[in-house]
Amino acid sequence: MASVPAVLNSEWTKIRTVSSTTWTLISAFVVTVAMGAALSALLNSQFDDLPTAERATFDATYVGFSGMTLGQLAMVVFGVLVVGTEYSSGMIRTSLAAVPQRGSFLFSKIAVAGALALVVGLATSFVTFFVSQALLGDHRTDIGAENVLRAVFGGGVYMGLIAIFSMGVATMLRSSMLSLGILMPFFFLVSQILSAVPGAKTVARYFPDQAGSKIMQVVPDAMNSDPAPYGPWAGLGIMALWVIAALAGGYLVLRKRDA
Amino acid sequence: MIEAVGLTKRYGAKTAVDNLSFQVRPGAVTGFLGPNGSGKSTTMRMIVGLDRPTAGRVTVGGHPFRSLPNAPRQVGALLDAKAVHGGRSARNHLLSLAQLAGIPTARVDEVLGVVGLQDVAKRRSSGFSLGMGQRLGIAAALLGDPRVLLFDEPVNGLDPEGIHWVRNLMKQLASEGRTVFVSSHLMSEMALTADHLIVIGRGQLLSDMSVKDFISANSADFARVRVPPEPEQREKLTAALTEAGGRVMPEPDGALRVTGLPLPRISDLAHGAGVRLWQLSPHQASLEEAYMRMTQGAVDYRSTADAKEGLVPPPPPYELPPDSGLAQPPELPQRGWYAPPPPGRSPAAPAPSPHPTERETSEESR
Repeated sequence: MASVPAVLNSEWTKIRTVSSTTWTLISAFVVTVAMGAALSALLNSQFDDLPTAERATFDATYVGFSGMTLGQLAMVVFGVLVVGTEYSSGMIRTSLAAVPQRGSFLFSKIAVAGALALVVGLATSFVTFFVSQALLGDHRTDIGAENVLRAVFGGGVYMGLIAIFSMGVATMLRSSMLSLGILMPFFFLVSQILSAVPGAKTVARYFPDQAGSKIMQVVPDAMNSDPAPYGPWAGLGIMALWVIAALAGGYLVLRKRDA
Repeated sequence: MIEAVGLTKRYGAKTAVDNLSFQVRPGAVTGFLGPNGSGKSTTMRMIVGLDRPTAGRVTVGGHPFRSLPNAPRQVGALLDAKAVHGGRSARNHLLSLAQLAGIPTARVDEVLGVVGLQDVAKRRSSGFSLGMGQRLGIAAALLGDPRVLLFDEPVNGLDPEGIHWVRNLMKQLASEGRTVFVSSHLMSEMALTADHLIVIGRGQLLSDMSVKDFISANSADFARVRVPPEPEQREKLTAALTEAGGRVMPEPDGALRVTGLPLPRISDLAHGAGVRLWQLSPHQASLEEAYMRMTQGAVDYRSTADAKEGLVPPPPPYELPPDSGLAQPPELPQRGWYAPPPPGRSPAAPAPSPHPTERETSEESR
């Protein structure tokens, strides 16, 4: 039996030797930081034009993470490609012929890629926080303030979980194109639109991204967003449940189907 | 040693592999032959545990593949040369596989040298030709120095030098006491490489024997006889040979293929009938022909004639200029290689020819 450290080692070699890893992770970082910085600068200059309700619930931390809506898409691409290229290239057959224990293959791969996504996610969220606070001027908050560290740390975890969720979905669907075709519109459009439609939003707030993003709010119902029936940690927990479900589904598909 | 017992794989209603039982022994190259879609690749994939058999089992060294301790050190497989992430370099691809089995990095450079890819080791494999891909796949199979090797169509896309190299490599691996199992749909290739043959068609075992036995069991010897191009000479000889118990079939070029009679007897009979012989030569049906005959009923994808109906108008019938002196109808219409003459017509009868004159006048009047 191929030992787990050996599989981890091999997966690390695989992930660091393709350029898509570098590009997707760099774009996740750059997009999140740059968009957060731009919106922070914009809101700083136009703070007085904001509606009263938004001024009352102004959340400097959450504003800094505005870039996450786009940055998370790069994380989705990273997660999908890590798994999906095994299928599109046929590498999966070589991999599984070498590691017949499919569970150790899948979870080693996801452990390595997930850890990498988490590290990049944490780096992104901390850099985003400090850059955006520097641009928010008088409206800034401080890392030492109440709940701020939780939100910044949670932002990194959120990015990592988005990537792992995508890996699980890609394992279930066994195709990069199909997974991207479903996940990208979902995170970019469907989830965002449904969460703004009355009636639909009671369901939409349990979607992984809507629930998970609550961890980044310091002020409850930040920026006059809809109040959620769960707290920030419970939101992250709901997201974690989605991730576990996706991984379990992926594992079952991988175990049952012929490669 | 690979052993399959009652191996069966169904995809919905289609049975890809049907109750297949065989053994692949160490120390010999075993060829695995069958037409396209006969279940060769499916069988190979079941051996390495990628597909789960619907029924039956297949073991490598007595264990099902999925429970083999450290599989890459025991079984090396080339299943699909293009099963490589194109963005990764050849060396990194092999490195990731080596790390799985705890194989030292130095071995990666070793096998790269063995397959002759050392100069392109750092290049992305997406730029590789099919032949280079095959070499990379072979390198991956050799990586763990395994006792059992599986190769699915290893010579696909290789140049003659590469084919020669693969052939020798297989033989060498077998001579070191390893189990070498090679699939192919080319009988001629297997005749040169393999010691033992397993032939399947439509997922069923058609033959499992040594190459030598396969040849003697399946090849039919025949004599090729050529006589002067005079119909009465041919008919006389055909009658005499048939009377003596031989079977005579015309060949497209006008020669006769005679089976069931030894060469001296044919000569004697011709002499007795007063027929001059221009050629009398012994022939052995090639392995390819024997294989084709065996799998004839088991071919899934058979081509039909391309009628091109509605695409192009039929070309005008070919005509020799009237004064060339060559305008003879062909002695034999071109039918199949083996086709005997249809009943009730002599093989020497002239082919029915279209009526070119009628066609010509009608075209001119238009």
